[in-house]
Parts: sequence; structure tokens; C-alpha cells
Amino acid sequence: MRHHLLFIGKNLIRMILLLFGVSVAAFILVSVSPIDPLQANVGQAALGSMSVEQIEKLQDYWGVGQPPLQRFLAWASDFFRGDMGISLLYRQPVLEVIKVKLANSLWLMCIAWVISGVVGFVLGIISGLKKDTWIDKLIKGYSLLIASTPAFWLALVLLMVFAVWLKVLPIGLSVPIGMEASGVTIGDKIQHAILPALTLSITGISNITLHTREKMIDIMESDYVLFARARGESTWSIVKNHGLRNVILPALTLQFGSISEIFGGSVLVEQIFSYPGLGQAAVTAGTGSDVPLLLGITVISAAIVFGGNLIANVLYGIVDPRIRRGGKRS
Amino acid sequence: MKKMNGRILTLVAFIAAVGFLTAITIAGTVFADEAMVVDFSRKNLAPCGQYIFGTDWMGRDMFVRTLTGLSMSIKIGLLAAGVSSIIAFILGTLAATMGKTVDSIITWIIDLVMGIPHILLLILISYAFGKGFKGVVIGVALTHWTSLARLIRGEVLQLKEATYIKVAEKLGKSKFEIAWKHMVPHLLPQFLVGLILMFPHAILHEASITFLGFGLSPEQPAIGIILSESMTYLTMGKWWLAVFPGLLLVFTVVLFDVAGESLRKLLDPASAHV
Repeated sequence: MRHHLLFIGKNLIRMILLLFGVSVAAFILVSVSPIDPLQANVGQAALGSMSVEQIEKLQDYWGVGQPPLQRFLAWASDFFRGDMGISLLYRQPVLEVIKVKLANSLWLMCIAWVISGVVGFVLGIISGLKKDTWIDKLIKGYSLLIASTPAFWLALVLLMVFAVWLKVLPIGLSVPIGMEASGVTIGDKIQHAILPALTLSITGISNITLHTREKMIDIMESDYVLFARARGESTWSIVKNHGLRNVILPALTLQFGSISEIFGGSVLVEQIFSYPGLGQAAVTAGTGSDVPLLLGITVISAAIVFGGNLIANVLYGIVDPRIRRGGKRS
Repeated sequence: MKKMNGRILTLVAFIAAVGFLTAITIAGTVFADEAMVVDFSRKNLAPCGQYIFGTDWMGRDMFVRTLTGLSMSIKIGLLAAGVSSIIAFILGTLAATMGKTVDSIITWIIDLVMGIPHILLLILISYAFGKGFKGVVIGVALTHWTSLARLIRGEVLQLKEATYIKVAEKLGKSKFEIAWKHMVPHLLPQFLVGLILMFPHAILHEASITFLGFGLSPEQPAIGIILSESMTYLTMGKWWLAVFPGLLLVFTVVLFDVAGESLRKLLDPASAHV
């Protein structure tokens, strides 16, 4: 038990340090940007017709002209107290914006994460069992092809087939247009999340399938499976007793480690389906020079990714005591 | 007919893939001017014999536009992945050879870069460099080195402990000689394969970031721009604007993958049987 706690504690401290690093790096990046937030949002023409005081007021609002270090310290100390600043585009506290958007995104990403994990795992096992048959070649080919397909193009194709051509699913947004928030039913929400979730699931499958397939092939060629066969165990009972146990934990670890990719995919997919999630907010913040929001989203998403990695590490530690004891992997 | 040797087949696949990619790049560069030609007498044509990818709402030939866009993507991919692999090589070897402190700092940086979702980091970097061509290249170069650096670090760490290196040390060979004669021949193939397998990612990320509006400017016929423009016309049933450029993009990425994998099989025959 003490080992467990020590291991988790070590990883937690590491995660906090990394998060601090992420916030510093992100802050430096937005600080060196030559993009003038006034130009980007107010526009050259409007700026020309304004008085000097008005421009100064705006500059103050967008934080132009303060030294970066001072801004970082102010931002970081506020952040530490739970205040991420005010989003300049949404004119709401960043925390509020992120909460709403994250709720939309999480729902999408969780569905995709679970579906791609389960389907990919099952496909990988089938493929590994039937190595070199047509079904294995089909699954492998599919995985390799999907790995080369950009998520946003797949989203476009699905949108074209289901929304424009067959007209069975809505084109975008997470709720029907022109409807009040109270009138939205769960059914509507699900209907609008189908295509984005489908796209994300399809693209997420390939990694886990290929990984599970390779593990499964290794296991099927091992001595203990040969022995099990010699004892007369059926293929299904070999998979159940020897295969699953050895494959599921590395697969889970991989899946927890892939949160970063699902998140990246969701940025693109949300943009195409105009789904009001965190990814779309990040793009809006980037194009509109909404620095506080962009920073907030970066730190939150990094926290989610590191959280996934932490779970992966802990899972590994539970299964494989060698890692726990050393606390280090080469 | 005698069955062809697997190794020769692999070599043929490698040459074919590289040949195709070169052809796309050259064709795209040669037709770059034609891609900009606007001709309203032939706008919104569906794919036909003369314009196999159709034309868009300004009468631009989509086939030529796609080729130009792809050649641009390939060139950016080559440049960015090249820079990225140099970063990976330097940091990977430094981490493995310069002692514990340097190692833990570099490992920490790798974890840091991997922790921010790629697309988000690309948005941040592109924003930092004022978007446009420079933003994309620097962004892709700075985000793709991590896994190759990890690989090189691991390899060098392992090599340092290898018996033949230890023997060479005992024989009094200089460090440079050991590095050049014993380490480079071992590392180079892995490095090359890692570099080529980095291209598909680089190209996909370039297209994605341009698609989101943080990459190349809208005047350039980049593949990301073509696809993002096609979104506006999608609901009007102009499917060819999105389908064919996308297919060709997937094809290009698959070709890079084939090239990398077959090169791996050629350089490291043991991996061919996995």
C-alpha cells in the first residue's frame, strides 16, 4: 500500500510540475506573438477613426503594452486562486466558458473514447487470432488506411453522406437552430452528437487495433498457449483465460494515453460540425486573439492529458510490480 | 513464372512510392501558375473527361489545384520533418550521453510537448509566429520530434552498454572514432526510417492546421484551404470539391507510409516478419 501511495504521489508531483511548465510555455508563446489583438478584432478601419483615448482604453482591455513577466505573474497568481481571467470574446469568466464547452466536448469525447476502445480492442483480438487470413488483412488494411486519413476530411465525407445526401442527420450545432435551451431534449442532443462522435470513434480505432493485434499474435505463439492447446482447450477458452488477461491492461494503458489524440481530433471535428465544444472555442480563441481563453484551454486540456497518463502509469504499476518498485522505466 | 523474392518486391514498392511522390511534387510545381487561372465560362463543372476532378465556383481546375496543394504540403512536410528530425537527433543523443541532469531535463521537455494536444500546440505556435507559412513550418517542426528523440535516446543508451563498444573503448579508440565507426552505422537506418515515417504526420498536421485557418494564407492553393473552402459548397451538392482532393491527400500519406515501412524492411530485415 505504501508503495502504491508513494508511486502515485511521485507521479502527481511530476504532473503538477509539467502543468506549470505547460502554462509557462503557453504564456511565452502567446507573448511573443506579433499579432496585434486590436488589429485582429477591431480592424484597421475602425482603429483609424478612433480617438487616442479610445485606443488606449482598448489597449488596456486587451493587455497591450504591459511587460510579459508582470502579466505572467499576475495571471498565474490569479489562476492559482481559481480565477482564469475574463474571456475577451465571450465577455464571461474563462472558467465559465470552459465549463460549458468542456461539458459539451466531454460527452462527445467520452463516447468516442469508449466506442473506439471497445471496437478497436475486439477487432484487434479477432485480427490477431486469425492472423494472415482475409479477415486479418481486411482489419489491418482498414486500420492502416484510417491512420492515413485526416479526421477533418472523414468528417466532411460523413457530413456529405448523412446530412446532405441522405438527409438523415442534422448538419451541425449541438442543438436545433432557433430553439430555446429549455426546449432541447436529450434526443436532440444525441442526434446532433452522432456524426461528430462517429468520426472521432472511426479515427480512434486504428491505433488500439494494431496494438492489440500484435500483442495477441505474440500470445498465440507463446508456449503456454501451445500447452493449453495440447491440453485440448478450445480457442475461445484460450482467449478468455490466457489472451484477454494479458492484452487488456496494455490496451487500457494505450487508450488512456491516447486522450491527447482524441482531443486533437475533436478540435477539427467540432469545427466542421460547428459543435460548440472546447475545441471550437480553442480555434475561436486563436483566430480572435482571446489570450486568456486560449491559455485556459491549453492548461485544462494538458491537465486532462496528464491525468490520462497518470491513470495509465498507475494501471501499469498495479499490474507490473517491477515498475512500481523502481518507480522508473527506461 | 517464378514467384518474386519478397525483398525485391519491397524494393519495388519503395521505388514506386518515392517515384509517385516525386511526380506529384514536380507536377504540382510545374502547374502552380495554372492552378490560379480563373475562368468563369467553366465554373462548377462536375468531374468529366477534360476536368477529372471538376472545377470550382471560380472555374479553377480542381485537379491542378489539388496537385499544387499537395506538392506544397509535401514540401512543407519535408522541410518541417527534416528540421524536426535534426532536433530529435541532437536532443536524443544529448540526453543519452550528457549525464543524468541533462537527461532528466530533456525527458521532461519531451513529456511537456507530448502533454499538450498536438493541434492545440500547433495553434499556439502558429499564433506565436504570426500564422502563415512560417508559423506552420515552425509549428510542425517543433511538435514532431518527441517520439524520434525518445527512440534515439533509448538506442544510444543501449549502444553505450554494448560489448563491442566497450571493447573499442578498451582498445583505446577515440570517442569520435567510436561514435563514427560503431554508433552511426547502427543509428542511421533507424533515424532514416523515423524521418520518413514522420512525413505522413507532418503532412496531415499541416493540412489540419491550414484547414483551421492558422496555416497558409487563403490565396495559396494549399490542400487545407481547398478542403475548408469546399465546406461552404458542400450543402449545395458540390461533393467533388471535397472528395477528390481528400482522396489524393490520403493516397499521398499512404505512399509515404509505404515508403517508410518498406525502407524499414530493407534496412532491418528482421522486422519484415512482424
